Amino acid sequence: MNTVVTENGVVVAPGQSTLVQGYEVVIGFETHAQLSTQSKIFSRAPTAFGAEPNTQACAVDLALPGTLPVMNKGAVERAIELGLALGSHIAPRSIFARKNYFYPDLPKGYQISQFEIPVVQGGSVEFYLGNEKKSVRLVRAHLEEDAGKSLHEDFVGQTGIDLNRAGTPLLEIVTEPDMRSTAEAVAYARELHKIVTWIGICDGNMQEGSFRCDANVSVRKPGEPLGTRREIKNLNSFKFMQQAIDYEIRWQIEELGDGRAIQQATVLFNPDTGETRAMRSKEDAADYRYFPDPDLPPLVIAPQWVQQVRAGMTELPRVMAARFCADYGLSDYDATALTQSREIASYFEAASKLCGQPKLVGNWIMGEVSRRLNQDGIEITDAPVKPETLAWLVSRIHDGTISNNNAKVAFDHLWKGVNVAVASLTAPSPTLSAAGTAGKQVDDLIESLGLKQMNDAGALEKIVDAVLAANPKNVGEYRGGNTRALNALVGQIMKGSQGKANPQQVNELLRQKLEA
Amino acid sequence: MTQTSTDLHDLTVAQLATLLRQRKVSAVEAARHFLTRATAYKHLGAFLGVSEDVTLAQASAADARLATGATGALLGVPLAHKDIFVTRDFVSTAGSKMLDGYRSPFDATVVSRLAEAGAVTLGKLNCDEFAMGSANENSAFGPVKNPWDSSRTPGGSSGGSAAAVAARLTPAATGTDTGGSIRQPAAFCGITGIKPTYGRASRYGMVAFASSLDQAGPLARTAEDCAILLGAMCGPDPDRDSTSLDVPTEDFSLKLGDSIDGLRIGIPAEFFGEGLADDVRASVNAALKQYELLGAKLVPISLPRTELSIPVYYIIAPAEASSNLSRFDGVKFGHRAAQYTNLTDMYLQTRAEGFGDEVKRRIMIGTYVLSHGYYDAYYLQAQKIRRMIADDFQQAFTQCDVIAGPVAPTVAWQLGGHGNDPLADYLADIFTLPASLAGLPGMSLPVGFGAGNMPVGLQLIGNHLTEARLLNVAHRFQQATDWHIARPQGV
Repeated sequence: MNTVVTENGVVVAPGQSTLVQGYEVVIGFETHAQLSTQSKIFSRAPTAFGAEPNTQACAVDLALPGTLPVMNKGAVERAIELGLALGSHIAPRSIFARKNYFYPDLPKGYQISQFEIPVVQGGSVEFYLGNEKKSVRLVRAHLEEDAGKSLHEDFVGQTGIDLNRAGTPLLEIVTEPDMRSTAEAVAYARELHKIVTWIGICDGNMQEGSFRCDANVSVRKPGEPLGTRREIKNLNSFKFMQQAIDYEIRWQIEELGDGRAIQQATVLFNPDTGETRAMRSKEDAADYRYFPDPDLPPLVIAPQWVQQVRAGMTELPRVMAARFCADYGLSDYDATALTQSREIASYFEAASKLCGQPKLVGNWIMGEVSRRLNQDGIEITDAPVKPETLAWLVSRIHDGTISNNNAKVAFDHLWKGVNVAVASLTAPSPTLSAAGTAGKQVDDLIESLGLKQMNDAGALEKIVDAVLAANPKNVGEYRGGNTRALNALVGQIMKGSQGKANPQQVNELLRQKLEA
Repeated sequence: MTQTSTDLHDLTVAQLATLLRQRKVSAVEAARHFLTRATAYKHLGAFLGVSEDVTLAQASAADARLATGATGALLGVPLAHKDIFVTRDFVSTAGSKMLDGYRSPFDATVVSRLAEAGAVTLGKLNCDEFAMGSANENSAFGPVKNPWDSSRTPGGSSGGSAAAVAARLTPAATGTDTGGSIRQPAAFCGITGIKPTYGRASRYGMVAFASSLDQAGPLARTAEDCAILLGAMCGPDPDRDSTSLDVPTEDFSLKLGDSIDGLRIGIPAEFFGEGLADDVRASVNAALKQYELLGAKLVPISLPRTELSIPVYYIIAPAEASSNLSRFDGVKFGHRAAQYTNLTDMYLQTRAEGFGDEVKRRIMIGTYVLSHGYYDAYYLQAQKIRRMIADDFQQAFTQCDVIAGPVAPTVAWQLGGHGNDPLADYLADIFTLPASLAGLPGMSLPVGFGAGNMPVGLQLIGNHLTEARLLNVAHRFQQATDWHIARPQGV
C-alpha cells in the first residue's frame, strides 16, 4: 500500500482513515466567508476594507436608539448561490436570531445570526486528496453580521473601537466532523475557498479576513465515541491551518498519552511559536440567550427566487468537470484538476477548442504550465504562454512535427518570451488559422531551434543500423528475452538523431529489425 | 382675526387646521399660545424637552408655506411627541437617565412624516422609562400628574402625551402602545387614542421596548383628529423597518360619516368579570346602550385566553426588552459611569446608574426567560399561547365586526397607589394586552366618569387594518355624545 508520511509523522493511507500513533483524528470546520456585497447585511453603509476607523459605520451599525435592521437581498442571493453550488437545501423559510452578549465592538449587545433554521441546509464539498475522492458533508450555512474591531495596541490603557466591520455580511459554513487528517482538512478548506471565489460570493482574501476558518479538532481510538474537541479559531492562511492542526493533534495525543483528559476549549494558533493556546474554556462559555429577532420577519425564499439566482449563476466547478469528462473525454481526476479555478478552466477550454486535443492540452496544463506558474508564483491569467500558443504547440506535437520532449524546449523559450524571426507557415488545423501570430511564433521557434522531428525514414534507418552495429551486446540481450534492452537502443538512436527522431517511429523500426 | 388666542387650545386639530388654512390664525401664534400653556402647566410634568427657538422656526416655516397657498392636513398645527421618538432638534431621553441629554442624528419616521404634513413640534412628552409602565411613575424625570386630579396617575406609558392633550397643552400628541400605553392613558385622561395594526406605523426612530409589540399612534380629543393624525403617521417604510406593513397610506377620515346601523359589536364575557370595577362597568354598559340606540347589535363573544395574556405579555415583552436594551452599555452613546475599574465594572456601574428599578426588573425577567434551560418553558410556551390568543380573535371576528369592552379595570389610581407592587400594575393591563399580542388595532374613547369624577374609557378592537372602521365607530359615538368635550377643572 502506498503511504505518505507528513512532517509530523502522520501516516496517510489512501482508502482508509488515518491513524496517528493509534489515534483517529476527527476534524470539522466552521468557515466565515465575508460576502462580496457593496453594502452591509442590515444597513446601507459600505463594506470596503481598510477605511479610516468608524467612517463606514452608519446609525444602524452604531446601534443608535431607534435604528432597525433591513435585510440586504444581495447577501441572501449569495447564500442561495453557495447552497446551489454545494447541492444544499435552500430553506424556503429561515429565521434570524439574536445572539446576546456584551462586548464593546458589538454595538447592539447582540449579533444577528441564524440559529435554529439556517438558510442553507446540508450539501457537500467534494474534492480529491491525492487520487482519492473525498466528500465532506455540510451541516448548514447561515447568514450573520460581523462585529467591529477592538484596537488594543493603538491606545495606552484604553481600547479603541472601530465599527467599520460591524454589520459586514458573513456566511458561516459548518461541516460535519468528516475529515480524518490535516491534509484532508486543508484540502477541504482549499476546495471551499475555490468554490466561494469561483461563484464570486466572496473575494477569498484570507489576510483581510474575508475567509476565516475555525477547525474543531479531536482524537479518539478507532471505534470509540468522539473525543472532546478543541476549536482553533481564525486560521487565516492554509499554511497556518496545516501547522495549527498538526500541532493540535500532536498536543492532544500527548495529553491523552500522559493520562490527562482533553478539556473543551477555544484555542488560538500562534504562528511565531507554532503552538495553539487556550483562549477560554467551556466553563466560561456564555449563555447567548438566542431567540428569534423580532425586528426581522422570517426570510422567505420563493422557488422563483432560487430559479432566478440559478439562472444568473456561472457554471459550477462540479458541473463543468462533468462536462469536461463528457465533452473532452477527460478522466474525473483530470477534469477536477482542470476546474481548480475558473481561470484554469477557461485557459483549458480555449486551448482545447483551438487545437482539438483536450487530453494533450490537459496534460500540458497540469504538467509544464502548472510547474512554471508555481515556479514564478503567478496566476494562469498572467502566464506568458497564452492558450492559443499552447494550442499551436500541442497541434505540432499531435501532427508529429515535434516530439513531446522537444516541445518542452520550445515551451521554455516561449515562456521566457524568446522572439524568433517570422517565416511562412501553414496552420496545423483549420481552427488554428485564427491564431496567426501565435502560430507563426511557435513554428518559427521550432524551425530556428531545429527541434523538428526527423520524419525521413531513410535517414532514420541509417542511424538505426549504425546503432545496432555498434551495440551487439544490447541486441543480444533483447533477442535473449530482455525487453528492457530496447530502451538503451532507443536512447542511442534518439541521441544519434539529436532528439529529432520520432520515438514511436524509432520503436517500430527497431522491433522490425530486431525481430526480423 | 376672528379667533382670540385665549381659546385656541379648545379647538380640535381639524378646527385649528382649517383656521390656519384660512389664515385666520398663524402657525407662530398657535405655537406661542401652546408654549405659554405648557409653561403655565409645568406642574403636571407632561413636557420634558422644549425648545422655543426650534418650535417657532418650524412655525415660521409653516406660515411661509401657508402664505404660498400650500395646504396640508396638519400644516401649521402644533403637536408634541412622546419622548420615545428620537428627534434631531430636541433631546430624546425615552424617560431614562441613560439617555439624559441624548441627541439623535435623525428623526423617527413618524416624526418626519408628521413634519412633512406640516405639523409644528412643541416639544417632547414625558413617559415611563423606555415605555415600561402603566402609571408614568417610572420616568427618570418625575411622574406626570393627571389633569383631572393631580394626585392621580395619568396612566402610562404615554402619560405625558395623554395629560398634555387633556390639559389642552397641545391639540394632539404622538404616543406608543406596547401593551396598552396609548389606550390606557387616553382612558385615564378622558381623551381619544388609537393604536393601529402592528406594522402600520414605522418603528424606525422609536426607542425599542418590545419590538414585536411596539406600535405608534396618536392621542387627541376626538376620533376625527385621531384619523387625521393617523393618516399622516402611517405608511410603508420598507427601507428602514422590516416589520413595516406593505399597505398604502390611507385616508382614515373617509369612513367617519358612515352609518353604524347593523354593526355587530362583540362583547367578550371575559372583559366583564369580577375584576371590573362597578363604576367602569356602569359607564361602559351605558356606552354600549348608546351604541344600540345608534343601530348597533351587541353580540356576546368569548376571548377565552384573556387572563393568559398577562403572563404571556410579561414574558415576551421583557424578553425582547432585555435584548433591546443591551445597546445601552456606556460604550457609544448615553450615560457612562464616571468611576469604574475595568470593562465589566464599566458595564455594571453604567447600567446600575442609568436604568431605573422597573427597567432593571424587566431586564432581569427577560434575561431569565431567555436563559438556557428556561427558554422552552417560558419564551417558547408564551409564543405558542400568543398565537392561540390571536386565533381566538379571528374566531371572534367571524361573529362580530368590532369588539368593545373596558380599557382598564378601574379609573386612574392615586400616584404611588400601587406602592411597591409591580404586579398590581401588570394585572391592570389585562384588557389592553390581548389586542397587542394579536397585533390588532385598538382604541380608547371617553364614555363617562367613575369614582372621583375620573374619566372612563371604552376600548374598541378591530380586525387587522380596520382602523378606518374603528374610527368611524368612535366618531359616531362622539357625534351623539359629549363625553369627549368635557374638560378637567382648572384647564
